[in-house]
Amino acid sequence: MHIVDRRLNPGGKSLPNRQRFLRRVKDMAQRAVRESAREKDIKDLGKDGRVSVPLDGVREPRFSRQAGTGLHDHILPGNKTYVEGDRIERPPSGGSGRGSGEGGEGQENSEDAFRFVLTRDEFLELFLEDLELPDLAKRRLSVVETEGLRRAGYTVSGSPANLALTRTLRNSMSRRIALKRPKPDEVAALEARIAETPSSHPDLPDLLLALAALRERTKRIPYVDPIDLRYRRFEPYPRPVAQAVMFCLMDVSGSMTEHMKDLAKRFYILLHIFLTRRYRHVEIVFIRHTDKATEVDEETFFGSRETGGTLVSSALVEMKRVITERYNPDDWNIYAAQASDGDNVSSDGPTATELLRAHILPACQHFAYLEVGDESGPRAGFVEHRTTLWRTYEGLAKSGGAIAMRKVNHRRDIYPVFRELFGRKDANAEAEA
Amino acid sequence: MTALKDAPIAGARQPLFTGNDWDFDTIKRIHDACERIAGEELGLSWYPNQIEIITAEQMLDAYASIGMPLFYKHWSFGKHFAQHESSYRRGMMGLAYEIVINSNPCISYVMEENTATMQTLVIAHAAFGHNHFFKNNYLFKQWTDADGILDYLDFAKGFITRCEERYGHAAVESVLDAAHALMNQGVHRYPRKKRPDLASEQRRERERAEHGERVYDDLWRTLPQKIAGARPDVAAERRRALLELPQENLLYFLEKAAPRLRPWQREILRIVRLVAQYFYPQRQTKVMNEGCATYCHYRIMNSLSQKGLIGEAAYLEFLTSHTNVVRQPNYDERGYNGHNPYAIGFAMMQDIARIVEQPTDEDRAWFPDIAGTGDAMATLRDIWANYRDESFIAQFLSPKLMREMRLFHVVDDPDEAELRVEAIHDERGYRKMRRSFARQYDVAWLDPDIEVMDVDLEGDRRLIVHHRALNRITLERDDAKRVLQHLADLWGYDAVLKEVDPATDEILAEHHASARSIFF
Repeated sequence: MHIVDRRLNPGGKSLPNRQRFLRRVKDMAQRAVRESAREKDIKDLGKDGRVSVPLDGVREPRFSRQAGTGLHDHILPGNKTYVEGDRIERPPSGGSGRGSGEGGEGQENSEDAFRFVLTRDEFLELFLEDLELPDLAKRRLSVVETEGLRRAGYTVSGSPANLALTRTLRNSMSRRIALKRPKPDEVAALEARIAETPSSHPDLPDLLLALAALRERTKRIPYVDPIDLRYRRFEPYPRPVAQAVMFCLMDVSGSMTEHMKDLAKRFYILLHIFLTRRYRHVEIVFIRHTDKATEVDEETFFGSRETGGTLVSSALVEMKRVITERYNPDDWNIYAAQASDGDNVSSDGPTATELLRAHILPACQHFAYLEVGDESGPRAGFVEHRTTLWRTYEGLAKSGGAIAMRKVNHRRDIYPVFRELFGRKDANAEAEA
Repeated sequence: MTALKDAPIAGARQPLFTGNDWDFDTIKRIHDACERIAGEELGLSWYPNQIEIITAEQMLDAYASIGMPLFYKHWSFGKHFAQHESSYRRGMMGLAYEIVINSNPCISYVMEENTATMQTLVIAHAAFGHNHFFKNNYLFKQWTDADGILDYLDFAKGFITRCEERYGHAAVESVLDAAHALMNQGVHRYPRKKRPDLASEQRRERERAEHGERVYDDLWRTLPQKIAGARPDVAAERRRALLELPQENLLYFLEKAAPRLRPWQREILRIVRLVAQYFYPQRQTKVMNEGCATYCHYRIMNSLSQKGLIGEAAYLEFLTSHTNVVRQPNYDERGYNGHNPYAIGFAMMQDIARIVEQPTDEDRAWFPDIAGTGDAMATLRDIWANYRDESFIAQFLSPKLMREMRLFHVVDDPDEAELRVEAIHDERGYRKMRRSFARQYDVAWLDPDIEVMDVDLEGDRRLIVHHRALNRITLERDDAKRVLQHLADLWGYDAVLKEVDPATDEILAEHHASARSIFF
């Protein structure tokens, strides 16, 4: 009898099956994932990755008999009152209880959706597929992280699991040849010769001596000596890690309603999830502004209310300060997302434009401006109401500034807008082709 | 019978374990103690045991690949894994305590979470009960190769992986999808006729000629000949004979005769077919297999307890799970989900032991062959070796047990407004009910009877498949259409499925499918 402890075996034996399954339901699962993102709070995104897909794509048809056709026999246990020849009213179809020996199977089949749970990674993979960060070129080499092991030649000591068999035996062979260890064939040939030689033959003592010498030598020179052993060597190697910083700029003046802040927050969270998927190091800087700007922590950023006017350039000045102090554009991938209701003091326009053009945009990988509006959407009657800030930035974009601008009124638009901003360009081109 | 033998050692023994914890030494001691009882008291014979400790996740893995330790990859297994996992995580499903594999050595997977008592129980149940059954039952001997199955699965897994690399995932997947759909129609139910070799054919031909010469009489020549038109269609007969039609093993037929499949596609069909064949005996012996294992664990645990090898706490724990396992809810109770094979199996084994050892007059009348012969284990071993569920129940379900289970037989005839109680557990009903009950365990009766009847070779090469609709029960329409589509795809040309009432030859339904060009 053998006892084998399988518990330490690597898990995930059916992972390839799961990947095949996910590949099969990918389109449907993707739709379900994006659907669920619309309903769910973005904060909980992927936390409970339960999705259901239509059963059609994952049906495994078999020939089976249909209940309700033809004559069925049922043998049931637990008779209490019936005698032969009794008539029983037919139970309502589909109901359990008597006369439904095969009811269990039928119910399973009648489900029209297949429900299963995605891991957070799988969820985000489906969720963020086709999205891409523009311009990932910069890599900072000074901050490194050890990233596992890689093969690095051989060593003379190590654990038995890492024994390099071929190398060890090669050493053993060269040593055996060098030290002239007798080959088994030689010994066998000599033994055969001795066996053939009659006992009175004069050569016999010499032959016996030679055999003894050979055997002795064989014993002295082992087949594998500790000196032959080689182990595969692994060494940790450092890998440069690209790092990113994300600037969240938000107008918190009185005109920003809770709804607008909620929209902004959702956008930031999406951006954060996305960045953390692409970069190992992601730092976030929160800058809020009214007519003056401060760097704050997350809670203050989303939570507190301020009163005052609106001066967008103050936030840009603050951002410029933080960049120069802490995030050298040569080392960091800088992303910025600004959310505002679009109000700005009109005299601030040129200042803001100049700041962006001269300092911010050249430093940034991507600058997104998100204009958040009322839930009711643009007021009826106005063809298109353009805010002060929108006009300012529009002018900048037209003159070649790398700035992406979108308007959002409802939370269901957040994700589509996000996808528009970060959609993989070549993927779209392929799709059109 | 064991009292004398036990007396000297019983007092000297320490319990095998105390408390719930176990380690490998405990498992070894448990196994050895069970082994002694299984050999000396029950007279079992088994393949060498290999007991493997696994975690819950690994158990789920095993579930996903129909219990086999290695298996090829397919999305449907991933689907089942997801299904099991989500219901396990939500607490809707408990996992099995063990899975046992019909191989040599016999592999039993036991869960690490089991208590020491449960480990004893599952070792007695799986490593000896099921193991004995696998090794001795005629169906397993005839249809499965315990020595070779793991090697074969290894080959299958490697082959399918190589196919995926060479021909792409999608191509392999679609073949597997189609083959899985036909898996239940991929078994040989009877040993096939051996193909005659040339020498024996020639000998037969010679003998036939000699016989003709011996009985030659010129008078026969003068008899009037039959009219030529009335002769059966020789060409059709010959075509069917060449294709070995009618053929109920659809996968076998496709593997051998589908005109357009590539060799690797045929090999995949063969792999799926052989796996189906390997599991076919298990489907036919569910009641017996579980009954045998349950009876063995019951005897072994009791014996251990009598010898003082397991304590009273452990014995009570065992009884709790044993009674859970063999519980049979009545038809009108909550949780009734058909017959529990453990319950019937165990009850019948105990009943047979009773008939052998303490028969009543009724038993003597019903079971003259075994009543009162005295050696229960010898009788049971013989039964375990030579029966399957259907023949086992038809032969050994006793009137006493039918009364105890209060079985009754209900007929659901669509032509009648109400259900009819056909038989109950009384003198007039025993035989009738036993016959119908046995039939419910006849796999050939349960699976739809589907055969390839003919191929229109001269016309459009249409494949003609018949479903003999027993009791006029037709196939589930949607699924039938889907499976037929797979069948047509593999065949490469159109396929038609006719559902025929065998009593009247009336055609109840007809399905058509045209081959999609996905394989060629």
